Amino acid sequence: MKNAKGTVIKYKDNVDTDVIIPARYLNSSDPKELAAHCMEDIDKDFVNNVKPGDIIVAGKNFGCGSSREHAPIAIKACGVSCVIAETFARIFYRNSINIGLPIIECPEAAKAIEAGDEVEIDFDSGIIKDLTKNTEYKGQPFPAFMQKIIDCEGLVNYINSGK
Amino acid sequence: MGMTMTQKILAAHAGLEYVEAGQLIEADLDLVLGNDITSPVAIHEIEKMKVEGVFDKDKIALVPDHFVPNKDIKSAEHCKCVREFAKKNDITNYFEVGQMGIEHALLPEKGLTVAGDVIIGADSHTCTYGAVGAFSTGVGSTDMAAGMATGKAWFKVPGAIKFVLKNKPAKWISGKDIILHIIGMIGVDGALYKSMEFTGDGISYLTMDDRFTIANMAIEAGGKNGIFPVDDLCLSYIKEHSDREPVVYSADEDAVYDQTIEIDLSTLKPTVAYPHLPENTKTIDEAVKDDIVIDQVVIGSCTNGRMDDLRIAAKILKGKQVAKGIRLIVIPGTQKIYLDAIKEGLVQTFVECGGVVSTPTCGPCLGGYMGILAENEKCVSTTNRNFVGRMGHITSEIYLASPAVAAASAIAGKLTGPENI
Repeated sequence: MKNAKGTVIKYKDNVDTDVIIPARYLNSSDPKELAAHCMEDIDKDFVNNVKPGDIIVAGKNFGCGSSREHAPIAIKACGVSCVIAETFARIFYRNSINIGLPIIECPEAAKAIEAGDEVEIDFDSGIIKDLTKNTEYKGQPFPAFMQKIIDCEGLVNYINSGK
Repeated sequence: MGMTMTQKILAAHAGLEYVEAGQLIEADLDLVLGNDITSPVAIHEIEKMKVEGVFDKDKIALVPDHFVPNKDIKSAEHCKCVREFAKKNDITNYFEVGQMGIEHALLPEKGLTVAGDVIIGADSHTCTYGAVGAFSTGVGSTDMAAGMATGKAWFKVPGAIKFVLKNKPAKWISGKDIILHIIGMIGVDGALYKSMEFTGDGISYLTMDDRFTIANMAIEAGGKNGIFPVDDLCLSYIKEHSDREPVVYSADEDAVYDQTIEIDLSTLKPTVAYPHLPENTKTIDEAVKDDIVIDQVVIGSCTNGRMDDLRIAAKILKGKQVAKGIRLIVIPGTQKIYLDAIKEGLVQTFVECGGVVSTPTCGPCLGGYMGILAENEKCVSTTNRNFVGRMGHITSEIYLASPAVAAASAIAGKLTGPENI
């Protein structure tokens, strides 16, 4: 699995799936349409500022609330390469792996890394490097089967690939 | 070392004698559920899988309920996708408009959820069926697709928090007040990844509708599931609604819990969750002092759209009028509840007092339609989430409360309790 590298966009605790993608847009399941409204209720500039490879860093319980898979789909379709948080809500965690969005729990990194920092993540080792601050954190590495799911861009392709 | 009730159900469905917290297992599923928002994504995924059809056409429930009757063309296309999939695969439990209800009010009523089941649903409030002693949990669309294809799902066996509910609830205390009190106490991630197992003598005072409400909101504390012991009331509910035989599991005496929390129900007060998190709770006595003038009241949803909820609201509203300028929207959870509410005269009470009564739908709860809030508007709602923008404009505010508090607030035109009416 390839390393993720990008600029950090930072959020606080309890970012819920209603703000990641508001229900008023759930009459579509097209990733591009969803991406166009990602985060707009808490950060209307997000979709204009986000660049391919950018990394979201957040506090506790990221992705709480609704089970909508549209939430990780929207984040992924914006080009975000990884989400780092102190903790994730469990349905969001599962959905992210299933659709191939890399996410990693690491309370120390999530607290210390600041908006605008350049960060690189090695998924094999779980090492998170803040290149701006020249600091390093150890997140939970992905087990091999989860890396394969993400490499295949999601659970369905993984199952079909017979890996 | 013993197992919790949840662990015993999971072990049995994984063909194992014993499981413990943290263990990864694959379990057989008794029911896989989806709605009109999550199913189209799942259907798209299952069509990409190299599988023929679904694992069991009797063990899948498809309930268009979020945006039906279709609110716009895109929603209509989603519902059409679900309808055509149901037809193609001859899905027994597809519920069309006219038969449908809000999924978590409907499925227990239809007897599709019984004690001992393992259920996944592509809707976070799938945890509701813990009220009938089932393990049930919310998942996303891809897990739903895999579940529909294979009849199996993988789980990490959860640890548990034990909630000992003691004594008879104080006056006006409903399931909603109990669960809001709990979320206020432990926070929106207080039960993250864990089971919330409810026990204690206080449960004998709770109706099935109270228990559905409590299990329903386990997810608002981050819980994987909420579950109640199966007592005589629960068994008679299952018998009344289902032909299926329940399988009763109970926690071992020496089951391991991460935490045990005792709650004396006799000391609780009606409880309200302030914007913008369900953990921001205050008792109604404190809330009244804030003098919060409101614009709208919603009574309904998978949390509080059942008969008990409508009865208590109607009892408070009967012979009164909704305050000038307040919109009261009442949404019965299912067609059966709607009809029973008509027969009991509750619908007449709601209309006479100045409210509107809608067909069953999730509608305003998730800001879909049927009661969207404008800039800076405030709503007292019996629904389950008060996140930013959940019911409309991002500056609007939702105060989560019981049907009794919601009804009283509709009359007063501001947030208040039933004692003040």
